[in-house]
Amino acid sequence: MTEYITLSFLLFTIGAVGVLVRRNAIVVFMCVELMLNATNLAFVSFARQHGNLDGQTAAFFVMVVAAAEVVIGLAIIVSIYRTRRSTSVDEANLLKA
Amino acid sequence: MMLTVLAVTPIIGALLVACWPGASGNPRLVKVLALAVSLITLVLAIVVAAQFDAAEGGYQFVEQREWIPAIGAHYALGLNGIGLTLVMLTTILSPIVILAAWGDRLPNPARTHTYFAWMLALEGLAIGVFAATDVFLFYLLFEATLVPLYFLIGAHGGVGRSYAAVKFLIYNLVGGLLMLASIVGLYALTTRAGESSFLHSELIGLDISAGTEKLLFLGFFIAFAVKAPMWPLHTWLPDAAASSTPSTAVLMVSIVDKIGTFAMIRWCLEIFPGASQWASPVVMVLAVISILYGALLAIGQDDIRRLIAFTSVSHFGFIVLGIFAFTTLSTSGATLYMFNHGLSTAVLFLVTGMLIARRGSASISEFGGVQKIAPVLAGILLIGGLSSLSLPGLAPFISEFMVLAGTFTVSIPLAVIAAFGIILAAVYILLMYKRTMTGPLRPGLDGIRELDGREFTALAPAVVLIIALGFVPGPLLSVINPSVEPVIAQVGAEDPVPPHPVDAASEGAHE
Amino acid sequence: MLELSWLLIAIPLAGAALLLVWGKGADRFGHLIATAASAAAFVLGLIMFVELIGRGADDRSVTTSLGTWFEAGRFHVEFAFTFDQLSSLFVLLITGVGTLIHVYSIGYMAHDARRRRFFAYLNLFVAAMLTLVLAADYLVLFLGWEGVGLASFLLIGFWQHKETAAAAANKAFIMNRVGDLGMVIALMTMFATFGTTSIAAVNGAIDSASGSTATALGLLLLVGACGKSAQVPLQAWLLDAMEGPTPVSALIHAATMVTAGVYLVVRSAGIYDASEIARTVVVIVGLVTLLVGAWIGCAKDDIKKVLAGSTMSQIGYMMLAAGLGPAGYAFAIFHLLTHGFFKANMFLGAGSVMHAMDDDVDMRHYGALRRAMPITFVTFGLGYLAIIGFPGMSGFFSKDKIIEAALGYNTWIGLAAMIGAGVTAFYMTRLMMMTFFGEKRWRDEVHPHESPSVMTIPLIVLAAASVLGGALYLGGWITDWLEPIAGHAEHPHLPVPVIVVQLGVMAVVALGVAAGVWLYRRDVPDRAAADADVSIVTRAGRHEIYTNEVNGALVVLPVRYLTRLLVWLDARGIDGTVTGTADRIGEASQQLRRTQTGYVRSYALGIFGGALLVVLGLLAVTLA
Repeated sequence: MTEYITLSFLLFTIGAVGVLVRRNAIVVFMCVELMLNATNLAFVSFARQHGNLDGQTAAFFVMVVAAAEVVIGLAIIVSIYRTRRSTSVDEANLLKA
Repeated sequence: MMLTVLAVTPIIGALLVACWPGASGNPRLVKVLALAVSLITLVLAIVVAAQFDAAEGGYQFVEQREWIPAIGAHYALGLNGIGLTLVMLTTILSPIVILAAWGDRLPNPARTHTYFAWMLALEGLAIGVFAATDVFLFYLLFEATLVPLYFLIGAHGGVGRSYAAVKFLIYNLVGGLLMLASIVGLYALTTRAGESSFLHSELIGLDISAGTEKLLFLGFFIAFAVKAPMWPLHTWLPDAAASSTPSTAVLMVSIVDKIGTFAMIRWCLEIFPGASQWASPVVMVLAVISILYGALLAIGQDDIRRLIAFTSVSHFGFIVLGIFAFTTLSTSGATLYMFNHGLSTAVLFLVTGMLIARRGSASISEFGGVQKIAPVLAGILLIGGLSSLSLPGLAPFISEFMVLAGTFTVSIPLAVIAAFGIILAAVYILLMYKRTMTGPLRPGLDGIRELDGREFTALAPAVVLIIALGFVPGPLLSVINPSVEPVIAQVGAEDPVPPHPVDAASEGAHE
Repeated sequence: MLELSWLLIAIPLAGAALLLVWGKGADRFGHLIATAASAAAFVLGLIMFVELIGRGADDRSVTTSLGTWFEAGRFHVEFAFTFDQLSSLFVLLITGVGTLIHVYSIGYMAHDARRRRFFAYLNLFVAAMLTLVLAADYLVLFLGWEGVGLASFLLIGFWQHKETAAAAANKAFIMNRVGDLGMVIALMTMFATFGTTSIAAVNGAIDSASGSTATALGLLLLVGACGKSAQVPLQAWLLDAMEGPTPVSALIHAATMVTAGVYLVVRSAGIYDASEIARTVVVIVGLVTLLVGAWIGCAKDDIKKVLAGSTMSQIGYMMLAAGLGPAGYAFAIFHLLTHGFFKANMFLGAGSVMHAMDDDVDMRHYGALRRAMPITFVTFGLGYLAIIGFPGMSGFFSKDKIIEAALGYNTWIGLAAMIGAGVTAFYMTRLMMMTFFGEKRWRDEVHPHESPSVMTIPLIVLAAASVLGGALYLGGWITDWLEPIAGHAEHPHLPVPVIVVQLGVMAVVALGVAAGVWLYRRDVPDRAAADADVSIVTRAGRHEIYTNEVNGALVVLPVRYLTRLLVWLDARGIDGTVTGTADRIGEASQQLRRTQTGYVRSYALGIFGGALLVVLGLLAVTLA
């Protein structure tokens, strides 16, 4: 069991670091997906360990949400790219106070 | 049901006025409708007053049903003599105010219908506040009165209206929040004691430890002191009064501010008698400061509306002083004072408002000699002013004397210092009258018209009441006294016995 | 009939209300209604007075109540009126002189566009003054007290377009409010001590209270009396009050209202009898005012102000007498009545002169008017003889009695009062010489003429009363009449026989007259000498012994500066704290805003950092 959890932890950390250090929106986006899948892995493994289906259900929810998020997120990135010819997240700081 | 009907009538009227098809394009229709609604409410209030049993000191027309059982909140209404007095004040002033607002020049004339709708809404909410006997309901209505007033000042006021409206709102919200905290505290206490309840009758008997009682009392008291307003929490009032229309100013000072002093009696004194006793020396000193401070600042004002606002700070000092002296005489006097001050301030704000509208300026130094061309206007201003300085023969004298004499039996120094207010009152009123009305007519004032029929009709009832109540205050006092006595008993105070009592009746007989 | 005392008040009150409410429609006949109302009150008062005389000596006080005015707790005020020996005399004085002055005003105010209003105010005054003297309760008395103050305010400022008139009206009202403060505190003390403010009850029970209570009450009432009766130190408003139309000066500021303070002291005889200290202070106030008023009267050139100074001085005599206790109460009232006659007479005479001189009040522009206005001259002259105390005239009896009583009380005070009589003779002679004798000093285009008969008839009636007023003392009538109220007056123990005192007073008066005639026998310059050229005594008299300056420096200026300071403090201090707090919160928000960089990755860092903190926190809690 520990291996699954360790893997999940590693994947999550890679994703988190990726979100923090990469500028390309698409890469950031993929890192977010990586984190989501890391949690999915954790959910599933804990479900297995406890013999309880709740974790599995949660994983399905996360997948659905992730799918929806991908659709909207990519749409935003594409439209940003169209207007600014760039996918760098640091250049999209219009919400600065 | 009577009270619900009474409170809901103006609110339905407000909705009607706001939503009437074509209302925004037909200001005249709106005004007639608003006036009609306020008059119907007045008739209803008179019916209530006629059925009211004056000798009975308790609550009448009681309505009570569960509202939010989960927290023990009730929809509970009831009127005692004090509440009835203020409901009458509200319903008498509303038609006067609406009639006086007929010709107000609003910043956005297309929104005239909302102006009148908010006035009616305020009337209904104020009636609800005076009738509520459940503190949760009271709090809700108390805060709800801020909404109409905020829009009346902020949307329909004059120069500086948004600043004044925001200041008004924040001041009162902060006070309200402290009160909310205290209400939550009360909820916790009643829950711990058995059954959660916000009912006045339940809270009166609540067993509270002294320390908690003081904290809860302060939460309520500060909210009401902001509303009243007492020194040093008064600075929102002059700004709000100077930036609103005269009618709004009357609603604010004569009615909504009375909620503060009214609530001190109903919620501070009755529910926290111990803490009220504890706070009374400090509160009385603050009240005396308010009296003198308000009067001195009134002397120093050039804007007529700010002047009247400061006179009100002074008068509210008298009211609070009377309430916290805990004698039947002073507390009855304070209640009567609320009514009288409402009338007298209404006359002052409205008649000066008419004057200001004619000149387009509120600065005293811009006037002079108006008496010569508008004697009736000057006469009514003088009567309003004389009532404000408590001339015997006009209603406020009786209440002021009652407050002072009652206070005197409790604290001679405070009563004597407060009495200096009567000299200062003469100074601020007469200086204002002299500068605006007497002397040679200032150039540029030639065009000032005398009061027209509508304006005179609006002011006349208040003037007549002021004079009549100066000689025959009996009907009001017979309603107020029986309701004040239980309050004083609840606080645990007793009227001091004069050291050398004389039975005046027998003395007069064998003389 | 005696239960109708409320009707005495109601008639003129109704007149006032009618005239004010009717409006312009009543312009043509309003003055007639008002005069009729005043006359009706006089007739009613007379009938009641006759009935009162017909009653037994111990049955002459009738109290009628209209019901409760207000009550709460232990407090209860009856709206009650007492018609007794003292108030009946006042009723006759007020309505009698009042009616004559109404008649006079018909002529005097004939050309004033606001005559109806003037008469309404006069009627209001009569009603309020009657309330004052008929009240059976101090609080009702206070209602009348303030009512006459209001009428006085309205009438002093009647010619409102004049800045000076409006200022004088305000000054009168505000200075009277200082006195009212004393009254209000006295009322509160009565309530706190006795539980009532009924005049009879308080005066009856005063002995049961401590002496200090009586002293406090006496002094507080005296403060009120000083305000209303223009006694030192609250006298400064009276001279300014001469801005009002002359009939007003005659009625309110000479004959009736200003004597209300004396009435108050006599009415509160019980209180003053119980306090030696309070009585002594009354005597001192009376004496000082007596001399100060006379001093001012000597220095003024304005005919009305000379008379006003004289009024102060004469009321000083009354106060002095009232302070002597039972020995003086009756004489205070006696002098009050005779003064009411002769001073009203002289004020109306002065009005007649002003009428002839185009409203010029400067005596230096008069001279030799005795031929131009014979009736005015003769009536004024009779008033003059009365005030200086010419033997046989009313003032002779009333003033002499006061001086005798004062001598019996204290030799020095008696002597000072005697000197006052001499000074009175001097300034009144000066006034007569400057106005009616000497050479013409009339301004151009002034053509003096006798006033119409509507004005001279009241003068004649009042002159007759000034001469005959002494009849009230025939057989000691007035002292006997007032004995139930004022107490029994012992004959004063004088160091010398009474006749010596009388001769002494006459000698002093003769000296004053002689000095006046001698100094003003020749032509008077038609312009007053500059301040720098006159003696310091004259200068001080002209400036009303600098009381206005003192009041200004001690009261007005400090209040003005305090007001300015507070206005500044309110804006900066209190409102400054509030708006300052708001500003601080705003600034803090500005600082906090900087954390919103707009960079997605810094937000993400924040989220992760926060999550990490939460996890660590949870761990710490579970492990600990």
